[in-house]
Amino acid sequence: MTTAASDLETFRAEIAGWIATACPDGLRNRPMNEDRIVWGGRRWVFDDDDQRIWLERAIDKGITAPRWPVEYGGGGISRAHEKILREEMTRLGAPPPLESFGLWMLGPALLAFGSDEQKARHLPPITRGEIRWCQGYSEPGAGSDLANVQTRAEDMGDHYLINGQKIWTSYADQADWIFALVRTDREAPKHKGISFLLMDMESPGISTRPIRLISGKSPFCETFFDNVKVPRENLVGEVNRGWDIAKYLLTHEREMIGGGARGLLGGRSLGAFLGDLGADVLDDPVIRAEAMAAEVDTLAFAMTMDRYKDRAEAGSGVGDASAMLKYYGTELNKRRYELLMTAAGSDALQWDGPHGALAPEWLRTKANSIEGGTSEVMLDIIAKRVLELPGA
Amino acid sequence: MTSLLDSDDEVMLRDAARGFLDSNAPVAALRANRDEGRAHDPVLWRDMAAMGWAGVLIPETAGGADMGHRAAGILAHEMGVTLAASPFLSSAVIAATTLRHAAGARAHDALAGIAAGEVTYALAVDEGPKHAPERSALSAERAGNGYRLSGAKTFVADGASAGRVLVLARTSGTPGQAAGLSLFDIDADRAGLSRRPLDTVDARDHARLDFDGVEATGDDLLGEADDAMRLLRPALEAGQAALAAELAGLAGGISAMTLGYLKERRQFGRTIGSFQALQHRAAHLWAETEVTASAIANAGRVLDETPDDATLAVSLAKARATRTADLAVREGIQMHGGIGMTDDHDAGFFMKRARVGAEWLGDYGYHAARVAAARGF
Repeated sequence: MTTAASDLETFRAEIAGWIATACPDGLRNRPMNEDRIVWGGRRWVFDDDDQRIWLERAIDKGITAPRWPVEYGGGGISRAHEKILREEMTRLGAPPPLESFGLWMLGPALLAFGSDEQKARHLPPITRGEIRWCQGYSEPGAGSDLANVQTRAEDMGDHYLINGQKIWTSYADQADWIFALVRTDREAPKHKGISFLLMDMESPGISTRPIRLISGKSPFCETFFDNVKVPRENLVGEVNRGWDIAKYLLTHEREMIGGGARGLLGGRSLGAFLGDLGADVLDDPVIRAEAMAAEVDTLAFAMTMDRYKDRAEAGSGVGDASAMLKYYGTELNKRRYELLMTAAGSDALQWDGPHGALAPEWLRTKANSIEGGTSEVMLDIIAKRVLELPGA
Repeated sequence: MTSLLDSDDEVMLRDAARGFLDSNAPVAALRANRDEGRAHDPVLWRDMAAMGWAGVLIPETAGGADMGHRAAGILAHEMGVTLAASPFLSSAVIAATTLRHAAGARAHDALAGIAAGEVTYALAVDEGPKHAPERSALSAERAGNGYRLSGAKTFVADGASAGRVLVLARTSGTPGQAAGLSLFDIDADRAGLSRRPLDTVDARDHARLDFDGVEATGDDLLGEADDAMRLLRPALEAGQAALAAELAGLAGGISAMTLGYLKERRQFGRTIGSFQALQHRAAHLWAETEVTASAIANAGRVLDETPDDATLAVSLAKARATRTADLAVREGIQMHGGIGMTDDHDAGFFMKRARVGAEWLGDYGYHAARVAAARGF
């Protein structure tokens, strides 16, 4: 074994021991669903003490943001170490202590584009789950055509004045801060007049309205901005260069959403999951054949996520090819849920039935291939930028 | 496990293979083989052997390059890109892996012969239209100090041209049982063995072999009697992984050709590649190709690092590659339109080889079922 490999195995043993003692038994091996996610924030209320204790210990250990620099509350470990951490958490049935748009999206954006002051101010509260962020990208007239955002930010000297509307803002009604794309130059070509702005949701003039979805849930909101004053220092990167940050984050988001297909069943095979629905489910030749094919594709896709992560790590970048991960992962996830619904039959038709909230989850997957760029936009990106097929 | 990305050495091997095959084994060479009625070009195989490809899985002590299964997969992939025909899979991968597991002085000499490019092998395993080694009925009856082989094998790759044959025969048990099978290594010219070339769609060498009381000595038996699977399982898995890599390369080859055509062909006053209906299909195909590439790399790594536990990885690779190659050739022909249906165009060669590759050593269903079994259902 090489020194590096032996170092990783030492880390594995050490972190496994730590997880085994730090993660309360009550949290271990519980089926994970969206209701059990710990999002944090000023208004956060834990389900129970176990969740709170697990988060506190994870913060102390620096594993809420394992790869962020230690000075900003991160763990300062490598990607290889982080992978082992996640593997051991999965193996030991420990849930993520904290998840948030701050960890997934804003943090990486600030680390890449933010000033030292912005990093020092905003990153530590994210790692401690104190501030919950939401993402203000889409607008009624800017969905797939995101660069068409019209929410205006007027330069008033010491501050910007914001007017407009966002839509599909995830959990805006529960978030403390929002990072948003705003138009700072209406004369420039549409990609060149956008800036990336941070706003406190308690600022006067911001209001939200939840949108009820087909799943019966309301994870998204409309967010309105009516003469909202935002200090100049809340602009990230250069003025009118916000699209660069948006693109960077969209790449990030695509990899993340694509990755959802793997985590879903907690590493168990689809067949094992289906088998639990009833002993004879897999006797149906059509379900069996589709489950086999879905399992083949799921395993190969998980390997592809690893390969692309290694490529990103090696510095050669993933870039536009991340559109493939987003496309493939979300379409696969939809396929798997269709299969689960068919296998569970009428037991899956109640909102909360014998197999839990399968129906809302099934409906939720339909948004996977829309949010963060539709499958069709992903195919456009692959066709034009990866395969270099000509425009019309 | 080592990263699925190509190492620097692997990038060099891939580039070297691509350069060599582009000049020495383009699709035009396969066309020439077909038109001249030969399965492969012996000069090409001699050159491949000189570069160490014939010995890719053979120990250095037997004159091999011993580069491992990931390297074999990279070579097979590049051969798939240009549809290069050679005894590579049958001899350098399947027979070499069998003999390496058999060990002993005789196996050592045979390995040396393969590495030098002087000896070629065919594996005679299947007797029906689907891959099913354990269903072998061809009998090997004890006769004096040796055995007498009677029965038939079909769809034997390289069966008409190989100098030697590895034949799976039943020494006990009944068809359907993996136990009771034995593996013999015999000269292809031995009395009682007749070989009938099959005129298969891919213009390669496949043959039916009839064994009419073929005599085999105890020395011809590889490994232990009744225990062929100890040698055959790793050999088949090595072959399946390499064939999967070839199919992935084939998918890449036809896809590149199709993309080139989309960028060049004009209809309705515009390049057809500018139509979104075709762009999305091309993009989807590329996505499938990328996902399959991961399964191929993984199979090579697993065979190199934990070969005793490779069934899942290998079957995953073969299942994925079969489907991806199928999609690539169907889209390739359709997007080429009428020109792709002509024999003058190369696209058809890809489709025909993909169909043969889909069946050889286990089809999609065979391998998907093995994946499912390994995953507990």
